[in-house]
Amino acid sequence: MAEPQPVLEMTGIVKEFPGVRALSGVDFRLFPGEIHALMGENGAGKSTLIKVLTGVYSLDGGTVTVDGKSVLFASPLQAQQAGISTVYQEVNLCPNLSVAENIFIGREPTRAGRIQWKRMRKEAAELVDRLGLDIDVSAPLSSYPLAVQQLVAIVRSVGTGDSDGEGSGTKVLVLDEPTSSLDRDEVLELFRLMRQLRDEGVAILFVSHFLDQIYEICDRMTVLRNGTLVGEHMVRDLDQVGLIELMIGKALDQLEELHEHQLRSDVGETLVQAEGLGRTGGIAPFDLEIKKGEVIGLAGLLGSGRTELARLLFGADQPDSGKVTIGGKQVSMSAPNDAIGAGVAFCSENRKAEGLVPDLTVRENIILALQASRGWIRPIPVAQRDELVAKYIKALDIRPANPEARVGQLSGGNQQKVLLARWLITQPQLLILDEPTRGIDIGAKAEIQKLVVSLSEDGMAVLYIAAELEEVLRLSHTIGVLRDRKLVARLTNGPEITTSRILETIASGEHQ
Amino acid sequence: MSTPSVTTPSRWRALTHHHLFWPVAVLVALLLVNVPFTPDFFSIKMTDGHLYGSLVSIVLFGSPLILVAVGMTLVIATGGIDLSVGAVVAITGALTCSYISDQADQNALSGVFLAMGIGLVAAVVCGLWNGFLVARMGIQPIIATLIIMVAGRGVAQLITDGQIITINSEPYKLIGGGYWLTLPFSIFVVAAVVAVTVALTRRTALGLLVESVGGNAEASRLVGIRSMRIKIMVYMFCALCAGIAGLMISSNTSAADGNNAGLWIELDAILAVVIGGTSLLGGRFSIGGTVIGALVIQTLTTTIYTIGVPTQTNLVFKAVVVIVVCLLQSPKFRAKVFGAKGRGKTAAPAAPATPADAAPKMEVSR
Amino acid sequence: MSATTKTPTVPEGRTASQASPVARLLGDRRLPVLVTAALFLAMYITGLGRYQNYGFTEPQVFLNLFIDNGYLLVAAVGATFVIMSGGIDLSVGSVIGFTTMFTAWMVERQGLPLLLVVPLALGVGAFGGFLMGYVIHNFEIQPFIVTLAGLFLFRGLCLVISKESISISDSSVSSLAQAQAQLGIGFLSIGAIVALVVLAVAFYVLHYTRFGRRVYAIGGNEQSALLMGLPMGGTKIAVYTVSGFCSALAGLLFMLYIQSGDPLHAVGMELDAIAAVVIGGTLLTGGSGYVLGTLFGVLVLGLIKSLIQFEGTLSSWWTKIATGVLLCAFILIQRAMTARKQT
Repeated sequence: MAEPQPVLEMTGIVKEFPGVRALSGVDFRLFPGEIHALMGENGAGKSTLIKVLTGVYSLDGGTVTVDGKSVLFASPLQAQQAGISTVYQEVNLCPNLSVAENIFIGREPTRAGRIQWKRMRKEAAELVDRLGLDIDVSAPLSSYPLAVQQLVAIVRSVGTGDSDGEGSGTKVLVLDEPTSSLDRDEVLELFRLMRQLRDEGVAILFVSHFLDQIYEICDRMTVLRNGTLVGEHMVRDLDQVGLIELMIGKALDQLEELHEHQLRSDVGETLVQAEGLGRTGGIAPFDLEIKKGEVIGLAGLLGSGRTELARLLFGADQPDSGKVTIGGKQVSMSAPNDAIGAGVAFCSENRKAEGLVPDLTVRENIILALQASRGWIRPIPVAQRDELVAKYIKALDIRPANPEARVGQLSGGNQQKVLLARWLITQPQLLILDEPTRGIDIGAKAEIQKLVVSLSEDGMAVLYIAAELEEVLRLSHTIGVLRDRKLVARLTNGPEITTSRILETIASGEHQ
Repeated sequence: MSTPSVTTPSRWRALTHHHLFWPVAVLVALLLVNVPFTPDFFSIKMTDGHLYGSLVSIVLFGSPLILVAVGMTLVIATGGIDLSVGAVVAITGALTCSYISDQADQNALSGVFLAMGIGLVAAVVCGLWNGFLVARMGIQPIIATLIIMVAGRGVAQLITDGQIITINSEPYKLIGGGYWLTLPFSIFVVAAVVAVTVALTRRTALGLLVESVGGNAEASRLVGIRSMRIKIMVYMFCALCAGIAGLMISSNTSAADGNNAGLWIELDAILAVVIGGTSLLGGRFSIGGTVIGALVIQTLTTTIYTIGVPTQTNLVFKAVVVIVVCLLQSPKFRAKVFGAKGRGKTAAPAAPATPADAAPKMEVSR
Repeated sequence: MSATTKTPTVPEGRTASQASPVARLLGDRRLPVLVTAALFLAMYITGLGRYQNYGFTEPQVFLNLFIDNGYLLVAAVGATFVIMSGGIDLSVGSVIGFTTMFTAWMVERQGLPLLLVVPLALGVGAFGGFLMGYVIHNFEIQPFIVTLAGLFLFRGLCLVISKESISISDSSVSSLAQAQAQLGIGFLSIGAIVALVVLAVAFYVLHYTRFGRRVYAIGGNEQSALLMGLPMGGTKIAVYTVSGFCSALAGLLFMLYIQSGDPLHAVGMELDAIAAVVIGGTLLTGGSGYVLGTLFGVLVLGLIKSLIQFEGTLSSWWTKIATGVLLCAFILIQRAMTARKQT
């Protein structure tokens, strides 16, 4: 079989944002009739590459060719017209319209300007039928579960290009994390459709955080790291450990030595006990015990359920099952207030959307959590407030050391420190840090890690989430390993625990 | 930014960047426009132990608007809006006047106080209802407050039986039409309400929590702010302010007019808040700015009158002011009109979900 | 959900129809319209029973609902477009008032023929709507504020034309106003017929043209509509233009009905129009509703007015209170529906 012509070829793609180079010279190609996985951790550049491909971002360098012709997309519409369709995780359809309309809107069959409803429904039904789906096209989209809506989105993108429903105008189908909230049967149905489209010659770009799914459905994969290409492999040639190495970026044996940090050995009595805590679509029920002064690190790939676990422990999402006791007392965890009252603090990975109030000053952001717990009627006395704020600005070295500065204008590292200060001021018993070192410079990173160690020495329990395994390994007494939305193992840190050991656990999904 | 050195340009810069600079500048400009037409515009005369003058009357006539706008500021700061204040003004006036008019002795202090109390309680109940719908039921503020906006005037007319109730009560007349220490009494009422509001928001943590809820609702939930309570409280406070304004308006005319009292005042109040520099999207608010915004609107009315433009063009002017203020606040408009400066930053990551790092305080997209 | 696979074991019944009857009823987007229609019928039948000796049984009483509320129906149809797209238009009442003033002034004071003035007035209204839509879309300012400015502007222009009411004595106007179409059981005025035609056209546009479906799509999910490649800006601007046009047309009908121009005509009528749309079952957040529902909304409001007239002892302000109560009830029904959908 001669090497076929790629339907899509991207070479030397460069994309820059103010202060960040998101993609530096990435090559990527896609062949007709293949399912191709795009792999990479947070910040690797996956979503940027997809957005460049689908015309959401303009590119700063490199070329894109479709069927050998050089193209330049200025909008998603242009990309669609060139045969590149995208289905996102959050379905971008109109739930208030019928299935048939969602498939056809914008290109409804008309006669003299009048929409031919019967013909549209008939064609939609035929298209759905041809793809082997059983969907009533006249029902409103919102009456179907998310999984079906996702299938409809795929049907729409396949039908794009010509309105007679025969054949497909789509050459490239981009599926951006379509499976993240589907159950097993729904995933199988999606895969069946994907295989059918592949066999019809469509090139499918598939993004998923579930390694098993990648190995189940994909033919080939491209791995990105820090905005560069680290490899293109046939899936059958690369095992899971190899893939994770490529994504995380260190060969296993190089990592062995990084382990000299002396952890406090004597952790205290049990502080938090979670039993059977879980949430459908978030994380499978898990048990977790956290002791006073203990640092628990969570290791797992992006989307493995790290954040979901943390959010359940904070009451940010409501659990479906299980219970939590903190300091011997059961806590209802129906809202963050319950957790905060029990001494839990949570720094979200999403600083902008879930942490900072950007219009407020550094001082106001720092005292927010403490003030919220005191209620509006009892303001923190001015002298005490200023002293506290000054103390934490100094202790964490927040710059500029100006409590009046608007927090939105600070750098990422300093914003993170403001959020840390906000919670430290409340003197929590358990501090949950979700990727506290992401996107901040190396100096601030080291400071935050040092802080975690000293907090633990003072008896505070810390739940620490980080993408970098060495970071987790260096700080944690105990390491919880997550994979595919499950807590699969709980390793007590010691000389025999190495990053390669953790990697193997992530890859195999079981405790060895 | 860089540390400002104390030179004249940087002082000027600091001044022009103060959040009250533009509202004050507009107010001063409007006041100055009057001078060529009315040379003694700024003079204040003492007649019969009362102070008279254009400035005094601007504050006097602007009093109800200032009151309503101050309450509205807090509602808008939480990211809401209250359309029902005009109706609340009418209800309060109607209840109070009808109670006073039923009294044998309309000048009895106890009766007047009781009447005012009844009116204000009714106002607060309206606010509680609005707050309940918005915070508890999760209905969009604009829709939730529409209910009382529509029904409230009917209720006010029901209370007054469709008539204009006139009363003759000296103590009640004081609030909106009387004088005290040579000044109109209403100025003291306004000063007291503004002082209480500032104290309530800045001496307690209420202001901070309101700004936090309006500035980032999800972050506020995650730090444990009980935003439901805060919102209900703010709607009740807004209605209370509207109620006091209702007392003032009915006292000034010694009459309650269910149909026309406080007509359009909600729109003027929202406008005052916007001119005062509080974003309609919520977050940072400025009571001082709102007071100045209300004075700008009142001065505009006065100015149109004094410079001899027919008074009926008042509304057209107001429309122009609304448009200009809103256009200037729109980042899109600034980017398009004031050229490339802003564009370089905002154009690059025009991505749907993630606002750019450098995104300024306001994003109108939702 | 293996029900998504086409397997012989799976019955025809789909996920949608497997819910409990109550949930299914709440999920049906026609529910609010049906409730409103039923409410109208119940009110009408009550009226028949209660006032049968006072002439309520005359079919003309029913037809008068259209005659007396034709202008409101036209304005509400325009508001339906805007609300369906997820926006709001506060300028409706002012544009109506302005149109009465403008037409009266042109015909009476300038002596222009009605035939020329009518298209001019419609053009001004539509252009006003276009401008508002343009500002809303291009500068991303909230519709609430922009149309508020429109409210001030048009009411101000009314006053600029004249502070006084202008009564119209033009013969073509009065003959139009008095023209009646006999229907056997009664008659309809020109205004009522125009209103019904507008309703029919709106129904066709919303259901049988691409533009109409785009209005629904934008109201359903603006972000999605954009990503689906629909021309959003044009649709948005067009929606406000339609509303401006309908308001101006409503103004002409109002002028026919009342035969004068007055700067204070139709103050606050935007609230009636919005209330009619909401009571007619259109979601204020956009995307769901029927223009036929708006008809029932207007009829219910009109019937409240005539019932109160027939009652005699009840005063006119009960109309406002009843409107508010209905509005509240329908907002709560809508809330229950959307809350159910989110879970």
